[in-house]
Amino acid sequence: MILIRPLGALGAQILSMLTMIGQLALFALETLSHLFRPPFYGREFAQALVQIGWLSLPVVGMTTLFTGGALALQIYAGGARFSAEAVVPSIVAIGMVRELGPVLGGLMVAARVASSIAAEIGTMKVTEQIDALVTLSTHPMKYLTLPRVLAATLAVPCLVAVGDVIGIMGGYLVGVSRLDFNAAAYLKNTVDFLEVFDVTSGLIKGAVFGFIVATVGCFYGMNSGRGAQGVGAATKSAVVAASVLIFAANYILTELFFSA
Amino acid sequence: MIKLTNVHKSFGPKKVLQGVNLTIPKGSSMVIIGGSGTGKSVLLKSVLGLVSPDSGSITLDDQEVGTGDRDAFLARFGMLFQGGALFDSLPVWQNVAFRLMRGALKRPKAEAREIAIEKLRRVGLKPDVADLFPSELSGGMQKRVGLARAIAAEPEIIFFDEPTTGLDPIMSGVINDLIREIVVEMGATAMTITHDMTSVRAIADEVAMLHDGVIQWTGPVAQMDTSGDPYLEQFIHGRAEGPIEAVR
Repeated sequence: MILIRPLGALGAQILSMLTMIGQLALFALETLSHLFRPPFYGREFAQALVQIGWLSLPVVGMTTLFTGGALALQIYAGGARFSAEAVVPSIVAIGMVRELGPVLGGLMVAARVASSIAAEIGTMKVTEQIDALVTLSTHPMKYLTLPRVLAATLAVPCLVAVGDVIGIMGGYLVGVSRLDFNAAAYLKNTVDFLEVFDVTSGLIKGAVFGFIVATVGCFYGMNSGRGAQGVGAATKSAVVAASVLIFAANYILTELFFSA
Repeated sequence: MIKLTNVHKSFGPKKVLQGVNLTIPKGSSMVIIGGSGTGKSVLLKSVLGLVSPDSGSITLDDQEVGTGDRDAFLARFGMLFQGGALFDSLPVWQNVAFRLMRGALKRPKAEAREIAIEKLRRVGLKPDVADLFPSELSGGMQKRVGLARAIAAEPEIIFFDEPTTGLDPIMSGVINDLIREIVVEMGATAMTITHDMTSVRAIADEVAMLHDGVIQWTGPVAQMDTSGDPYLEQFIHGRAEGPIEAVR
């Protein structure tokens, strides 16, 4: 009997989470349906591309640079236990392009973009700007959601590509300056062991993560509660949900791409 | 003509509209009054389709709203929102010309800007306001820009949601006069919701009082002071005692 109350609360949480996932899936489908129905707001798309892609470059670049360097140190230290220090360039490269580039890129964009989209659209909802759009014969999904989702889906793979290069460069800098690798040999090992699918799988992951980040941000913004507290809660939920969904999607995609 | 017949709307257990019947003749200015939280905004948004009624009928010129071409329906309306609802990311002139830069009413950019400046002038704002952003404007100026946006495409029907809330008495008077002038000049049908009695007297041809989810009283503004309706009398005189329960 004593377990009934906590179990009930847990069940309610799970039901609430499943409801949210269902609503989010319907929201994503509705967003995609607008892709094939005019009008398309090119100016809003271009602005979103700059906001999501271009302005996220510094944070993604810094994150992957330091991660690439740390990864080189870790692999070197771990590899030294069984005399496999030479694998540092190839493992850094494969680790960055397959996993860390897309996941870290996706997470940094989630932190920066999902929060800002949710806060912006949530504020628009609270201040009746969304209602105003409707009265001005403009569909909020077309004007606000689709441009952002499309821009994020296209921009995040580009960020991932740049992040991959910078991350590998971070590993290279540490490898050459701190671990006494020969510069030419490091680069040759990096290129030799990297396959095209390693790179493309990471870019596909990036596109999926970009789609998740913008869709979740828009979803929570559109469903924001009233007042500052409602917008704050929507922002927090957007970042948490986007991050968790990125990890879940990463596992599923890795299973799809690389399971034997 | 806008006609609401037996309109009901609830939010969870809270019954907001409980059988609203109201007719707004073409070309008239109807002001809906009532206490805070009585469902005035819900009523207005129901007509526009921003809120879906649970039951009842809302017709515009004998056609049920929500049926037919939605864009064509909305193109007949202009709306001034309570807080202005200006788009923060756009300069003032693009807010005013928003409808003129998209969709069926799309014009060349220069022409849209010219119309926006003309409408800004109509509401008493100088052309140099056009390139400012909404956050750079005072509350009164934001209301005027909202008003300019509402009339930019010269709609047949204009809705005003609490047009003077948050403004000082002088600015309220200016906005009331502007609304009256514009409605008369354009021959538009107007529906205003407010609890500012000065606005009611300045704007209304007809008044309807919403209370407990129904229209408690409706009639010409000239008959408002002699209606004999205890609810209306309590409201227009702002008395704490009367049939309307005042929470203390």
